[in-house]
Amino acid sequence: MSRPVAVPRAAMPLLTFAPLLRANGFPASPDQSQSFVTAVGLLGPRRMDDLYRAACAIFGPAPDRIDAFDALYRAHFLGQSLSAPAPGPEEEQAFEPEDGAAELFDPTEENTSGAEATAVESLSGRSFSAQEEVEALRRFRRMAQGRLPRRTSRRLRTARQGTRPHLRRALKDAVKRDGELLTLPVQKRRTAQRRLLVLIDISGSMKTETDRSLRFAHALMGVADRCEVFTLGTRLTRITRPLKLKHRTAAMEGASAVVSDWDGGTRLGDALAAFLSVPRYAGFARSACVIVLSDGLERGEPAPLVSAVDRLSRLAWRILWLSPLAADPSYRPQTEAMRHIAQMVGRIGSGASLPAVVDEVLNVARPV
Amino acid sequence: MAVTPVISGIAGPADLAEALRDAQYLAGEDLSTAAYLALALGKPLLLEGAPGVGKTEGAKAIASILGRQLVRLQCYEGIDASAALYEWNYPRQMLAIRQAGNEYVNIYADDFLVARPMLEALRHPSDTVLLIDEIDRADHEFEAFLLEFLSDFSISIPETGTVRAEVQPVVILTSNRTRELHEALRRRCVYHYIGYPDAAREATIVMMRASTVTRETAAKVVRAVSALREEPLAKAPGVAETVEWAEAATLLNTQGSTWPLAFRRAIGVSLKAQADVTVLADRLDALIDDAVA
Repeated sequence: MSRPVAVPRAAMPLLTFAPLLRANGFPASPDQSQSFVTAVGLLGPRRMDDLYRAACAIFGPAPDRIDAFDALYRAHFLGQSLSAPAPGPEEEQAFEPEDGAAELFDPTEENTSGAEATAVESLSGRSFSAQEEVEALRRFRRMAQGRLPRRTSRRLRTARQGTRPHLRRALKDAVKRDGELLTLPVQKRRTAQRRLLVLIDISGSMKTETDRSLRFAHALMGVADRCEVFTLGTRLTRITRPLKLKHRTAAMEGASAVVSDWDGGTRLGDALAAFLSVPRYAGFARSACVIVLSDGLERGEPAPLVSAVDRLSRLAWRILWLSPLAADPSYRPQTEAMRHIAQMVGRIGSGASLPAVVDEVLNVARPV
Repeated sequence: MAVTPVISGIAGPADLAEALRDAQYLAGEDLSTAAYLALALGKPLLLEGAPGVGKTEGAKAIASILGRQLVRLQCYEGIDASAALYEWNYPRQMLAIRQAGNEYVNIYADDFLVARPMLEALRHPSDTVLLIDEIDRADHEFEAFLLEFLSDFSISIPETGTVRAEVQPVVILTSNRTRELHEALRRRCVYHYIGYPDAAREATIVMMRASTVTRETAAKVVRAVSALREEPLAKAPGVAETVEWAEAATLLNTQGSTWPLAFRRAIGVSLKAQADVTVLADRLDALIDDAVA
């Protein structure tokens, strides 16, 4: 297989398509490239459609990136210019902005122009490296493994005390002792970390909290096994991927580049409804521990927000609502929306400072 | 890479689409191309899509046109090797040891091996189609483990040795996309995303699947369902729901319900969340009337 083969000139574009995809952030491996050439051969190809179908089947672009893929395909095989601003050749970049997710929810009200630019500015402009906060995050990282909520898994592990006989072990022991079994080895269910879903309110009223929330989400991302992070403002944006980067500054910059509605108006109810209407996203919430960082201040009718939280509470294992207004232990929700929400969520805790958020999340697994 | 351009008399996507049609499954050109390529290149076929668009049905149809038995492995969180590959029948082994007394007994004989779907498919690769259903429900460990299986098509059993497939088995994976699958897994597969079919195709599917439904009713149901899919619902009705709705409404109609009413009364087979029914409460009648008109 490894001897050099003379490639017919007509086949060259097929072979150069994979590198183009790679340069634009699509994973395309050499063996996929080889399969692509074989596939095109198998199909004839009789029409241009065949070529496109083969490309789709072999390289398998995710549905939310199909537009970018189409643009590249047209540019490469049909010689059309790239009309859409396709992501530049950033091979080192370990994340791609989720174009699909950002477009899921159309803002019904105008975004203030230049919001993105000011967001980046304000993000870097706000000072947040107070010693206390750094300390709190460090404490969180140290303690999270043992304190984040867990669920029983379907898998079993050997245990000193358990309810199920460990048959495999029993047979091994029996074989060693000529078929005699002295004690019955037992096993019990393993536990696994519960899925975490973080919803960050980035509307204007939460302006001072946004960085803190993002930094906390980043820390959480580092210690949690399965964690999804979304921002809710005038739109819904998934920022899980940028936050996966280990380096904090890079992760923050990545997240702020994806989100386009910093400090905008509050349409929390609509954004939550948009979140729940995508089955894939609603699936993230299923039996997960949901952490909402929001003051719950909603412009307009409270009804959409209340019904969305109601649905979320039926999907989730537990909802922890952290509001900066709830710093005082004697806090009672004031707005109508929050009064309703208080009855649905497991707990409304303080989101006033990073140490408070850390404490709340570390204690979420405690029985209420 | 072993390429077989003709599989059981199927020499191209068009042939495959036709065969699938005979098996009561309507595949678009995209799907038939992807499925044909998977079969011809000997790669697993990965089908993604919303619940109820016919991923599992597709796998069943492919198995039936190849004349093979479908071996289904339903994934769930925490699925492990003993549920997917094989397990020893420990009680029987134990009994065998006891009964043998001083005789020699091979407790790792094939008699004591309980084959689970993946081993079953490897043992009879040319008679089975392995369906790994809803792989997104399984956890990452299982996905990683699956990678090894899908590239080598072999399973090693420590006590006896390695079981290798004589020929490349046909493997179909489905995913509801509740989470992103790992790139390494996608890379090994031929991929197709099944979306909701267009109105004409969906009406044909309804006619095909539900023999009692008239052409007219099918068209009406499809109109109503596509209107429903426009609404912000928790769970938009899939193709399976469309078929059931048409069947249910037809049944009610034969028992004396008039047309718009039959649809309205059978709504429970199409919308299955109380929240959705409440959301639509005041508009539902108008929506159905529009579709039926």
